[in-house]
Amino acid sequence: MSTKDFLPRRTLNVSRRTLLQAGAGLIGGSVLPASIASRAFAEDHPAIGTFPAGSSGSSAFIGISVPRTGTYAVQGEDELKGYQLAIEHINSGHELIKKISPKTSKGVLGKDLKFGVADSAAKPNEAVQAQQRFISENKAVMITGGTSSAVAVALNKLAQREKVIFVCGISGSNDTTGKDCVRYGFRQNFFGQTAAAAIAPVLIKQFGKNKKAAYLTPDYTYGHTVTKSMQDRLAEAGWTTVTNQVSPLGAPDYSSYLLNVANSGADVLINVNWGHDAVLSTQQAKQFGVLDKMKLVVPYQVPFIARETGGLMQGVYAATDYWWTIEDKYPLAKMFNETFEKKFGYKPEWGAENAYVSFAHWARMVEEAGSFYPPDVIKAYEKGETVPSLVGDVHYRPEDHQCVRPVIIVRGKMEKEMKNKEDYYEVIEIVAGDGLMQKPDAFGCHLGDYT
Amino acid sequence: MINWPNFVSQLFNGLALGALLALISSGLTIIYGTLGVLNLAHGAMFMIGGYAGYVTYSYTGSFILAVIAGSLFVMALGVAMERIIIRHFYHRPHEDQLLVTFGLGICFVEIVRLIFTSQSQVVPPPALLQGITSMGFLFYPTYRLAVVGIVAVALGALFLILYRTRLGMIVRAGIEDSVMVDSLGINVYRVFMIVFGIGAMAAGFAGIINAPVVSLTPGVGDDILVETFVVVVIGGVGSFPGAILGGLIAGEIISITSMFNPGYAYVMPFAAMTLVLVLRPHGLLGTQGRE
Repeated sequence: MSTKDFLPRRTLNVSRRTLLQAGAGLIGGSVLPASIASRAFAEDHPAIGTFPAGSSGSSAFIGISVPRTGTYAVQGEDELKGYQLAIEHINSGHELIKKISPKTSKGVLGKDLKFGVADSAAKPNEAVQAQQRFISENKAVMITGGTSSAVAVALNKLAQREKVIFVCGISGSNDTTGKDCVRYGFRQNFFGQTAAAAIAPVLIKQFGKNKKAAYLTPDYTYGHTVTKSMQDRLAEAGWTTVTNQVSPLGAPDYSSYLLNVANSGADVLINVNWGHDAVLSTQQAKQFGVLDKMKLVVPYQVPFIARETGGLMQGVYAATDYWWTIEDKYPLAKMFNETFEKKFGYKPEWGAENAYVSFAHWARMVEEAGSFYPPDVIKAYEKGETVPSLVGDVHYRPEDHQCVRPVIIVRGKMEKEMKNKEDYYEVIEIVAGDGLMQKPDAFGCHLGDYT
Repeated sequence: MINWPNFVSQLFNGLALGALLALISSGLTIIYGTLGVLNLAHGAMFMIGGYAGYVTYSYTGSFILAVIAGSLFVMALGVAMERIIIRHFYHRPHEDQLLVTFGLGICFVEIVRLIFTSQSQVVPPPALLQGITSMGFLFYPTYRLAVVGIVAVALGALFLILYRTRLGMIVRAGIEDSVMVDSLGINVYRVFMIVFGIGAMAAGFAGIINAPVVSLTPGVGDDILVETFVVVVIGGVGSFPGAILGGLIAGEIISITSMFNPGYAYVMPFAAMTLVLVLRPHGLLGTQGRE
């Protein structure tokens, strides 16, 4: 990451010219054919949310909220770069976007995408306030955010209330497309239950049955649901939980928790923390000798943990959405890695991939719908068609709006095995999504209304 | 049933956590006690101490030089901040002081983020202090053990300066009656500048001493600032011994609570602070406080 990539916080990329153009369009439209046009809208596409105001000019606006400060800041920056690249590719009709959304030529339905960025600091309130502003002031046609599931759940509710489509950033909680699912929300990445289903068999095969596990769990919806899913899956092989250390998001020190883990007699430490919390707790686990006593597992892998912990992920198993070396198997991943690295100077991580694919899928669905009218776009997703992604073909389940996609199991490479400075992981297995999924209503999802 | 080895381990860990909190809080409380300024940039100065040390370590590979550079850089920053900005706020309402120091803190954090990004940086402990020490009843990281000693020495030195030197005498007299001290021919404002520098240095020193324990990020001072305020309020705002007592109490509460209900470990110090405020509004060792 270089400093020149820094974007001012809370910038709005709407130029005065664009506003004037949009304003002129609205005035002109109201004089002449508007009465006819609005009647036509009224029949099939009555005004809803920011429609048609948000897509009536030559451009459409997207509200992006990512954590640029706080414990998830590094992941947020990676995610933001993925969004920026996707918008750039959509606006220019890049070859990679066309592979995912064949009807995209330039922009979405011919409209140039503009965007604003707000720092959520991984706090639901900040994210909701920023997105509320993007919706009311900029008439955002789509909003995104996440990295913290608490933010994702809050934005789900905002999206449903405001009737604006929410494309989720990284969110690992079962609740996001479970009990807190909404008609207007969509999630591309895998989550706690799928992570557990994918990695548990690998762990049981590697470490055996009837093991004692200690958990480090961040105290919010993501942490609790991932821990619960891991416990359920591992219990099938007789694994027990000897301690579950629950800590606040952004805890400044893990020593007290790690002493409890060190004295618990566990065989395996399952670290559910994410972002800087995962980095700090893993580093401190090493300081306290915990990693010498027990094996470490990261069931929901945090991007950048390998480089930030400086070797502590060697030999460690983790479940992840994306690791760049799968480019050997997936041509679209290779294209993505190349364009991303050329622009930003490093191999993209999970956040960037999730961001890019989520936007590309949204663009495809709008093109398929042939309109920004939200219920039509939602119905395009709900067709459940097979669509391309960077990790092969995937589809969105109509019942809960969760993308069914593979989970990648990786193991940290030893330093001598690394072919280059970013070759941190060996891909052990790519587990197909279908076999990992719970029933759509297993976590209590009841999608709301279209209108 | 209480697991006694773990209980003793947590007691000790509470001491180590508390020592560091006491050191950071002492700087905050000295500045408030002397100048009446609640410095909300204190957490950012703690963070800058860490980064200044990190840069020095990157170039020299010497931890001792990193500690010296981290402390002196933040001291210089504190003096500059006092000369350029803070001195204009001595006679302004507390709200103005809070806002200006809070704003400065945000600026410092953003500047550091711009230069170093949000990715964490590591300062390893000196080779001699790496690894784990067996103390019979527990295994404990050697460096964290050393931190307890280092902090004790640093707090002792601060105590001697404040209570056993002429400068300390002037500072304490200045708190009581700055007009009288001024009329005795002593430049009170120069003393104030030195005090601000010392308080800042304590934060910078704590920042680089703490760097090998945590991985450095621009936000590392944010959480510490909140805890530091809890410590200062428990001990008594403006009281140096109070900061030490408050630090130790908060450290022990965090550690012991984590045994029984880990989810509440960082909440309980706030409960303790509330209790203290109800029973002793000026804190355990605080006096009437400043008007």
